[in-house]
Amino acid sequence: MLAYGLKRLLHVIPVAIGVSIVCFMLIHIAPGDPLAAILPSDASAELQAEMRSFYGLDKPLPVQYALWAWRALHGDLGVSIASGRPVLGEILSASINSIILAVAATMIGFTFGAVLGFLAGVFRGTWIDRIASAISMIGVSVPHYWLGMVLVIVFSVRLGWLPAMGGGPGGSDGKAVGWDYLRYLILPAITMSVIPMGIIARTIRSLVADILAQDFTQALAAKGLLTGQIMRHVIRNAAPTAISVMGLQLGYLLGGSILIETVFSWPGTGFLLNGAIFSRDLPVLQGTILVLAMFFVLVNLVVDVLQSAIDPRIQRS
Amino acid sequence: MTDPAPMIDIRNLSVTFNRGRKPVKAVNGVSLSVRPGEVVALLGESGSGKSVTMRSLLRLHPAGTTIEGTMTVAGRDVTGLSKRELGDLRGPIVSMVFQEPRLALDPVYTLGRQIEETIMRHEKVSRAEASARALALFRKVRIPSPERRLKNYPHEMSGGMLQRSMIAMALACNPKVLLADEPTTALDATVQIQILLLIRDLQREYGLSVIFVTHDIGVAAEVADRIAVMYAGRIVEEGTVSEIIHAPKHPYTQGLLGARVELAHGRDRLITIPGAPPDLTNMPSGCAFSPRCPVASEPCHTRVPELVSQGEAGRVACIQYA
Repeated sequence: MLAYGLKRLLHVIPVAIGVSIVCFMLIHIAPGDPLAAILPSDASAELQAEMRSFYGLDKPLPVQYALWAWRALHGDLGVSIASGRPVLGEILSASINSIILAVAATMIGFTFGAVLGFLAGVFRGTWIDRIASAISMIGVSVPHYWLGMVLVIVFSVRLGWLPAMGGGPGGSDGKAVGWDYLRYLILPAITMSVIPMGIIARTIRSLVADILAQDFTQALAAKGLLTGQIMRHVIRNAAPTAISVMGLQLGYLLGGSILIETVFSWPGTGFLLNGAIFSRDLPVLQGTILVLAMFFVLVNLVVDVLQSAIDPRIQRS
Repeated sequence: MTDPAPMIDIRNLSVTFNRGRKPVKAVNGVSLSVRPGEVVALLGESGSGKSVTMRSLLRLHPAGTTIEGTMTVAGRDVTGLSKRELGDLRGPIVSMVFQEPRLALDPVYTLGRQIEETIMRHEKVSRAEASARALALFRKVRIPSPERRLKNYPHEMSGGMLQRSMIAMALACNPKVLLADEPTTALDATVQIQILLLIRDLQREYGLSVIFVTHDIGVAAEVADRIAVMYAGRIVEEGTVSEIIHAPKHPYTQGLLGARVELAHGRDRLITIPGAPPDLTNMPSGCAFSPRCPVASEPCHTRVPELVSQGEAGRVACIQYA
């Protein structure tokens, strides 16, 4: 278990280097001069050159990359061009908000998705299956920014039960546990949960149906186990795959929430990224993408290790 | 039929699967009884209904299957049991060994855990006691280094060892009846013999009544006291092993015996039964074997022959003997 974890950790290193090169290059391939955003268009050539060297933009690309990567390793992702604050601090507080949202959404999505998928798999071909499958189909198909707006119209505008936007009373930084904060989380988390819910429901439906079609579930019945006890075996067999799908969904949500965070003005990484794109804030953009990519790598690692802990065949064979 | 109380008594069993467009009549009026401590082999080719007949005793059929007739096991009417009572029957009274141990064991539970679970389902014993009994069972089925093997997962064991574990699990609650569904078919020839001998030994020791399903007449002769030959959902001939082997009466049984590979020795061709078994959704009107039968006459195609007593304990369903 530990050895497997360490081995997987070693695999992460080349992936991390590759990811950092890709996100460094992506920004440089994108059109537009970052200096244009902070300098007036009639700035003198000297001033332009000075700013260019201040941000290190005058050096060759590999050197820029090496300097950037070296500083990134030491926790220095530069200074935001737009706000003048250290990028790392901005990303950290935004990441916490995004993680809160993504975890809440994954929990909601996994809970409902697992229940729907399990019922659909057990009662395959019946009306229960058709209803559950229809719900999960709607979940993956509905555009979530649209759903977000509908929820806002119903619950914030019409009913006035929940706030339409923002991260809570403390703005983007203050966080505490309590209804005052939770009520801001509910609508964006529900909006974000529908896609993972649909995907998880469909995965678990086919998993459960597969497992129930195998000989061993009949053998379990043949030794007198009751339905509940047999279902425990089914769940245990389905768990490794279900968890890995959940982990991947969590990974997607940590980075893929630009639309939802923008709709709800949720002060997370997606919101930060959106702002950085519009203000051509290169250091923030690079830093955020790097951090999000690393999140994804990390989540994959955790999922792999967890999976091997549950399914004996993965690490032993 | 001198014994007044058979352990298993099946009367006029019919099983129809209602999945798909046409209902499939897999078993069509089977009557069979097994005495305490007796081994009966159900012999037949794929689709003859031998496995379906056996599984009926545990009512292990998919939903929507129609079972007609009566089945009594150890004095219990199996057809009338509730779901709960059925759960109590499976394991301590009737248990089953499956054809493919690798598919019939849960891949993510250790073997020890799977045996303990069976014991604890049926008896109020502690985990420690169940685990001690699992160890004793592993010794009984002659698994080397049993302590270590109990902690193994199915993928870590060979097919033969898995089938031994499966047998240990089937015996975990001291059943009266053991159902064996081609338990040696998926194994290597040398392992087959070992498993057959093991089943035979344990059967004698526990005094088990066994229904042993197989398509291999050699295996049937090895383990059984009596053989019932099935064709297209019916028993066509039944008798002691020596009657069936030395004096087969039904043309199908004669064909089966003639088709054995061992007998092909010295001849340049294997003798086979011409044709194929009938479509169970569309059975011929008379004797189901008549289209393939070398001695079929006109009445065979219109009338289904009864299974009638023949000789000392044998029965045969053929117009020649009616």
